[in-house]
Amino acid sequence: MQAAEKLVFKTPDVIIDRPTHYCPGCQHGTAHRIVGEVIDELGLADKTIAVASIGCSVFLYNYLNVDAVEAPHGRAPAVATGVKRARPDRTVFTYQGDGDLASIGMAEIMHAANRGERITVIFVNNTVYGMTGGQMAPTTMIGQATTTCPGGRCAEREGLPIKMAEIIGMLGGVVFCERVAVNSVKNIARAKKAVRKAFECQEQGLGFSFVEFLATCPTNWKMSPVDANKRIADELIPYFPLGTIVDRTGGGEDK
Amino acid sequence: MSRIEVREDRCKGCLLCATVCPVEIIAQSERFNAQGYKVIEVRDMDSCTGCASCARMCPDMCITVYKTAKAPKE
Ligand SMILES: Cc1ncc(C[n+]2csc(CCOP(=O)(O)OP(=O)(O)O)c2C)c(N)n1
Ligand code: SF4
Ligand code: SF4
Ligand code: SF4
Ligand SMILES: [Mg+2]
Repeated sequence: MQAAEKLVFKTPDVIIDRPTHYCPGCQHGTAHRIVGEVIDELGLADKTIAVASIGCSVFLYNYLNVDAVEAPHGRAPAVATGVKRARPDRTVFTYQGDGDLASIGMAEIMHAANRGERITVIFVNNTVYGMTGGQMAPTTMIGQATTTCPGGRCAEREGLPIKMAEIIGMLGGVVFCERVAVNSVKNIARAKKAVRKAFECQEQGLGFSFVEFLATCPTNWKMSPVDANKRIADELIPYFPLGTIVDRTGGGEDK
Repeated sequence: MSRIEVREDRCKGCLLCATVCPVEIIAQSERFNAQGYKVIEVRDMDSCTGCASCARMCPDMCITVYKTAKAPKE
């Protein structure tokens, strides 16, 4: 008898069947898919409201089949605060880049986290302003050349790259905070587990949850997708360590 | 025999899938899709283990994976 064939991997149902505008190898797509898998598995599609931000992921609403609001640059946590307070029965998450969240939006993210808003923040750190052509971000690595620091970021002149997950983890209202990467199959599995926990934490009404993704921007790093992906393990993870920073959900321990 | 299906029209030729395939059966083809990207091809589908590593790594959600259990184990 012919052995039965089993479907073991497909695109999540909540992902809209449409090509993305992302560059080859850009890991915004991977982060979208992981969020989609979690929304599907927790059955949240009908009650989720996404708050998209300004950056390459500005068209998030074209790819995720959930209700969405577009926030002005950096203000997604403030918009999400309003959405969640008006509709506390909904699952509300923001999706923000590092230029958006760690630069112009620094005040909004800090206070939303500190207030313990019952929202989830998906933070995609690709160490650069991707959408606008590769300017330096607060997360740009020392020595990394960008259009606004063509000789490479200099610690003395521009300071050290900001470690957002560690900073957010220090704030009172934060229930779950983890940094993940999608550079390997193993790390992708961990990333999904973290996103799942972050959404569950909101479902249980516990408080603010934050997941920082280390991701590639091959175009502005001026690297091939494969080399850019290698850079995550070689350069980014040593400075931005992966792992749980805060877990007050009861299911784990603080680091 | 496990197998993958690749949506060639969505593939951007980034080759991230190829870097994680444990049996190294994914490679760049000589074909371009309508978007102008050189798409991947699977060289030896019979060796596919159905592990789904390639699909998990793909940022563009091009890959669907079907797994077939080995006959004696069924
Ligand atoms: C108020 C305001 N200031 C500046 C801009 C220009 N701008 C658009 S996207 C962006 C940065 C995006 O970088 P990031 O958040 O890291 O997203 P990425 O594209 O890298 O994913 C900036 C500065 C804007 N749209 N609005
Ligand atoms: S510019 Fe960078 S972040 Fe934007 S789509 Fe291209 S690779 Fe992705
Ligand atoms: S499912 Fe696994 S073995 Fe098959 S092509 Fe993909 S990575 Fe290779
Ligand atoms: S990872 Fe996806 S987009 Fe990239 S080469 Fe493989 S199938 Fe194509
Ligand atoms: Mg960025």
